Amino acid sequence: MSDQNIMLSCQGVSIRYKIGDLKDIGLKEWVTRRLTGRYSVVDFWADKDVSFTINEGDMLGIIGTNGAGKSTLLKAVSGIMEPTEGYIVRKGRVVALLELASGFDGDLTVTENAYLRGAMLGYTRTFMDEMYSRIIDFAELKGFEDRPFKQLSSGMKSRLAFSIASLVKPEILILDEVLSVGDGSFRAKSEAKMREIIKGGATTILVSHSIGQIRAMCSKVLWLDKGRQIEFTDDVKGCCDRYEAFLAARKNAKV
Amino acid sequence: MFEELVKRDFKKKYKRTILGMGWSLLSPLLMLLVMKVAFEQFFGRTVDHYTTYLFCGLLTFNWFAESTNGGMRSLLWNASIFTKVNVPKYMFLFSVNVQVLLNFALTLLVFFAFCAIDHVSFSWRFLCLVFPITTMLFFSLGIGMVLSAFFIFFRDIDYIWSLALQLLMYGSAIFYTVDKFPPSMQFAFSMNPVYRHIAYIREVVLAGTIPSLETHLTLIGFALAAFLAGIFMYRHYNTEFLYYV
Repeated sequence: MSDQNIMLSCQGVSIRYKIGDLKDIGLKEWVTRRLTGRYSVVDFWADKDVSFTINEGDMLGIIGTNGAGKSTLLKAVSGIMEPTEGYIVRKGRVVALLELASGFDGDLTVTENAYLRGAMLGYTRTFMDEMYSRIIDFAELKGFEDRPFKQLSSGMKSRLAFSIASLVKPEILILDEVLSVGDGSFRAKSEAKMREIIKGGATTILVSHSIGQIRAMCSKVLWLDKGRQIEFTDDVKGCCDRYEAFLAARKNAKV
Repeated sequence: MFEELVKRDFKKKYKRTILGMGWSLLSPLLMLLVMKVAFEQFFGRTVDHYTTYLFCGLLTFNWFAESTNGGMRSLLWNASIFTKVNVPKYMFLFSVNVQVLLNFALTLLVFFAFCAIDHVSFSWRFLCLVFPITTMLFFSLGIGMVLSAFFIFFRDIDYIWSLALQLLMYGSAIFYTVDKFPPSMQFAFSMNPVYRHIAYIREVVLAGTIPSLETHLTLIGFALAAFLAGIFMYRHYNTEFLYYV
């Protein structure tokens, strides 16, 4: 493992949310609390001291229960957020596909949304013109192109989102629960497509609640729990086993 | 991306309206009509071309109001985009302003038509109008940026700003004249950027003269101050917005 191959490196990354400040209490309450000296902000660390590195061609799986800090970490990796502590070094273009189905505009048609999303992912107009029919074919949305987006079923929305997103050719690709969209047949199709992208040399980060997917596709695993890093290892099988044991133990404890 | 945003904003704004952009023209014209009927008896006696005088004020003020109101909300409305994709956040505000600017341009054409009807003599000096329009553009962009940043943190800004705009409307001498006021009040007017822009346009259109160098510098000063403040807010809070949406 030489240093030149490192595509992404996170060192001691911590991300803090503030609780109880402006966004929760509004201007009036903020002023009165400031005046009476009762103003206090509670820190909430969504991620605490997370470190990992991935090399070219790696596929990193991130596992953890809800609220473990997975999505927040990905936002920091993609540059939408900045870590409160620690640093992240990226090599190459990062494209993050987070919560795919949201961020579309319900009033626009399928076509208009496709172009808007394409533009957000950095595609040029000519590229979109060329690819448009392929996108619609892949998403199986022929005949729906002029419908307002809000009339589509949620499966259709995610399919469109995936079809547009899968055209990207980034150096680092981040997938947050993306592969779990659509029905069975579409899922198989999208997994095949994803494998194709990864084969093309992209370094990938995958967040999934499906341990099977992680086992099958990833070469490294990062396990987060309540913002803390439990494990970062290339022993995918071992880590997944331990994680499943942890989940089973928790389930038993609750019952 | 910018192009697609602009298109989206247009489509959304005029969706399912019969008149479409006509509404954007109609509202200042109706305001003009109401003000003319209401105030001509009081102020129209001492002001020549009172309709044009009114229109100068309304034209400028409406642009400013629309631009800052739209700009204020632009960032929050696009929260679902910028929390998922790393895009330059000023794009949303600029996109709204393209539309507002176009409305303004249309209204300006109508304004010139009214000038002709009102027998205002056109001259080459009208070209100077490019100057206040440019400074006003940067001024309102800057204010819009500052407001949109605050709007993310305090939703109260919405109400505060609509109140402020109302006060500003009455304080910008849209339908009255300022020369009867005492010097201290005159000074207050001279500190009002919107009024200064209106006054510039009136001087060119109604008096046919080019305002002083000092006026030009003041307008540049206002525009620069607002725009820099806006850039500062966006730079400083670029990664903070996310936590508050």
